[in-house]
Amino acid sequence: MTDLIDATDRAILRVVQTNATLSAGAVGRAVGLSQPAAWRRLRRLRDAGILRGRELSFDMEKLGFGVTVFLGIKLATKGRVSLEDFERAVAAIPEVRRVEHVLGRYDYRLRITARDLADFERVLRRRVMALPGVGEVEANVLLSEERLPGPL
Amino acid sequence: MLDDIDRHLLRQWQADPDLTATDLAAILGLPAARVSRRIDRLRETGVLRGVHGVIDWGALGYAVEVSLRIQLDKTVPGAFDRFMDAARKVPEVTQMQTFLGRVDLRLTVIARDMGHWQTLYRDRILTLPHIAEIEALMHVANVKTDQSLPI
Repeated sequence: MTDLIDATDRAILRVVQTNATLSAGAVGRAVGLSQPAAWRRLRRLRDAGILRGRELSFDMEKLGFGVTVFLGIKLATKGRVSLEDFERAVAAIPEVRRVEHVLGRYDYRLRITARDLADFERVLRRRVMALPGVGEVEANVLLSEERLPGPL
Repeated sequence: MLDDIDRHLLRQWQADPDLTATDLAAILGLPAARVSRRIDRLRETGVLRGVHGVIDWGALGYAVEVSLRIQLDKTVPGAFDRFMDAARKVPEVTQMQTFLGRVDLRLTVIARDMGHWQTLYRDRILTLPHIAEIEALMHVANVKTDQSLPI
């Protein structure tokens, strides 16, 4: 499957992963290709669904969101509350920015962004603990986060 | 600090990160040069850390994603730094987070299939230094992905 891309594609993906605002010409210069050649490869990577859009990364604290917390949630009454009901309710909480369905010690993994710890406590008590079927909850406060290039 | 134009700009851009400075200028009704300058300033002040291309690892044949929750042996001086340096060298690790809580560290690890995962786990993950406890959550589905911040 990884034969889908060659060494030049990998080099391009590495560049675009770091800075997706570069023009095809600039990407080409970074990997030693002409502008048209880089443009063709970028379009092929997009068309193949390998390069899937862009993501803005912010300094959350500078935007006034001082606290990010990850919650592990175990559903208490499996079978009685449908997963769909839980998922609908949890996705509707604005401070919950990411919900992943997982297998293991927890059923769901939530990423919550709050202004400060008091704000987080409000979200936890009034919104998360009130979700249908919520059982064990574990909270871990994010201290640092780094993205790595992955197997390119 | 951000003013109303910055906020408007960021709201629009978050809603569609594929927009260029020219697109944003058209939406905001401002000259493109002014929008570019504002974006430059957001970068310089560190509000905007970067604009990243997102890779769909599934499309490259990586079908398995595992979240590894790790507790380190904190009695060893420098355990965090040594663990993190070693984890950065494993290509299949795509994300690393540190926490205050029961879990010290979390790695996102991708693998082509369960066989590949098993090999990776034995040869590259369990051999990382100073692990006291490790727990895996297998990723099944994204119910909600990052939504725009209420800027």
